[in-house]
Amino acid sequence: MSESDKQINIDYVAQLARLELSDDDKAKLSGQLNDILQYFEKLNSVDVEGIEPMAHAHKVDNVWREGDEPSAVFSKDVLKAMAPESREDQVVVPKVVE
Amino acid sequence: MSDLFYSDISSLNQGLESKAFSAVELMQSVIDRTDAVEAKINAFVDRDAADALKQAQASDERRAKGESLGAFDGIPVGIKDILAVKGQSLRCASKMLDGYRSPYDATCITKLKEAGAVIWGRLNMDEFAMGSSTENSAFGVTANPWNLDYIPGGSSGGSAAAVSAGEAIVTLGTDTGGSIRQPAAFCGVVGMKPTYGLVSRYGLVAFASSLDQVGPLSRNVKDSALLLEAITGHDPLDSTSLNQPKVSYSSALDQPRKKMTLGVPKEFFQQGIDQEIKEAVEKAIDWYRSEGYAIEEISLPHSELCVPVYYIIATAEASSNLARFDGVRYSHRSKDAENILELFSKSRGEGFGEEVKRRIILGTYVLSSGYYDAYYLRAQKVRSLIRQDFEQAFAKVDAIITPTSPTPAFKLGEKNNDPLAMYLNDIYTISVNLAGLPALSLPVGMTQNNLPIGMQIIGKAFGESDILTVAHDFEINHEYKNMRPTI
Repeated sequence: MSESDKQINIDYVAQLARLELSDDDKAKLSGQLNDILQYFEKLNSVDVEGIEPMAHAHKVDNVWREGDEPSAVFSKDVLKAMAPESREDQVVVPKVVE
Repeated sequence: MSDLFYSDISSLNQGLESKAFSAVELMQSVIDRTDAVEAKINAFVDRDAADALKQAQASDERRAKGESLGAFDGIPVGIKDILAVKGQSLRCASKMLDGYRSPYDATCITKLKEAGAVIWGRLNMDEFAMGSSTENSAFGVTANPWNLDYIPGGSSGGSAAAVSAGEAIVTLGTDTGGSIRQPAAFCGVVGMKPTYGLVSRYGLVAFASSLDQVGPLSRNVKDSALLLEAITGHDPLDSTSLNQPKVSYSSALDQPRKKMTLGVPKEFFQQGIDQEIKEAVEKAIDWYRSEGYAIEEISLPHSELCVPVYYIIATAEASSNLARFDGVRYSHRSKDAENILELFSKSRGEGFGEEVKRRIILGTYVLSSGYYDAYYLRAQKVRSLIRQDFEQAFAKVDAIITPTSPTPAFKLGEKNNDPLAMYLNDIYTISVNLAGLPALSLPVGMTQNNLPIGMQIIGKAFGESDILTVAHDFEINHEYKNMRPTI
């Protein structure tokens, strides 16, 4: 990977993250993140050939529930009260399908 | 009765049992203390004195009927603003969750309620637990009770400051990379991160799910042991919760002292460490040696890689976990969105603070196509090496002693514009989370500037009793547990 490949394309990444950034944010974050990524280069100092990646502190296998027992769920009123906007027991969002 | 707010759980329990004072009087003492110092400390983002007094009243009624629920009945426990308490606000110190109230209790809160504890307030923190100074809170910074111009550490800065300032008897914090231990060190209190999987994460707002753990902060080791044993246990609602036999950590402290072998990793005492911290921890190690503990120099050769590994894995997990805050079903919703994509990105842009945005971008980048192998996968492999370092060390020693932080508390604003310098402050604590081990921070000295110094004791997986015993032995032979800040 060349050095220019490792510069963050902040617009692209912000779009992937669904995160709107101001121009000031972008300028500031780009500089800082490129410094941080440069620091991450330390990881290349070690040989990881044949080393298993570790996702969890302890080995976690699939954990199954005892049967599919119905249990208490939140009432519609509780869930509606959390939503920024709701109507007729539905959460309202801008039009999704044109 | 004036200093009830600075008492420990055992003596409060005796007083409650002997009717020297009531749970309501105890709670009132904590409320009065909080009212007196909170304008200076700002440890809480929310608190409901009337609700706490009502819980204390219920405790007194139980006790009057001979139905006390045990050592925690009537004890005020402060809660970090990242754990769900039914009916209370839950904002993770973020504008993103302004107005949100928890519809349910976290498992650790359920356990505390079953033990009769008074659930007291919402404690300040770095937004979504991302930070090392509590400066990233959307609701103002918390001050270090030892010097109000200094930060209390983070992310559980409110939890540490409240214990130090007498605004709670004990508190719960969460620790993803040092967020209990570092503020405990900076505020001169005890703080413990348990073994990964020992305490349920159900009802803890996730930051980095493979690293997050809930744990206690207190003014002495025994109170942390008591609070830990109150919140442990297998929980079917958290698939990473482990089914371990229940241990009474507090009674382990009363057992005859076992002279253990303590490992001292040479890498932790080299460059970048403040001289006063180094001397205080070395002095503590000398004390252990003089008491008959075996001291062995060990090596954790991959230590210097833990900062990049951590900030890749933690931000990757965070970018995924925080995707749920999209302005649809709950959380802040932008008023300017014309379509669904704008609803997501504008709501998130408006709701999240700077550090959270920085970590979401970084985490998204290291997971993105073309970079995943170079960063995320590689970091996961180096994480295996870091764990192996500990496995090799623990073949020879029972516990490992290090400083908690390379420096004492720093001044407000000092590192706020340099995220990398802030990240490097976590260098001694984060390897413990990566390996899933238990560790605590214990006060072992003061700087000439009158700021507390913390020492970290790391244990084997499920070695909580060992590290609590090692800490307790030092504590009862020194006076640091009785030091109180002048506020």
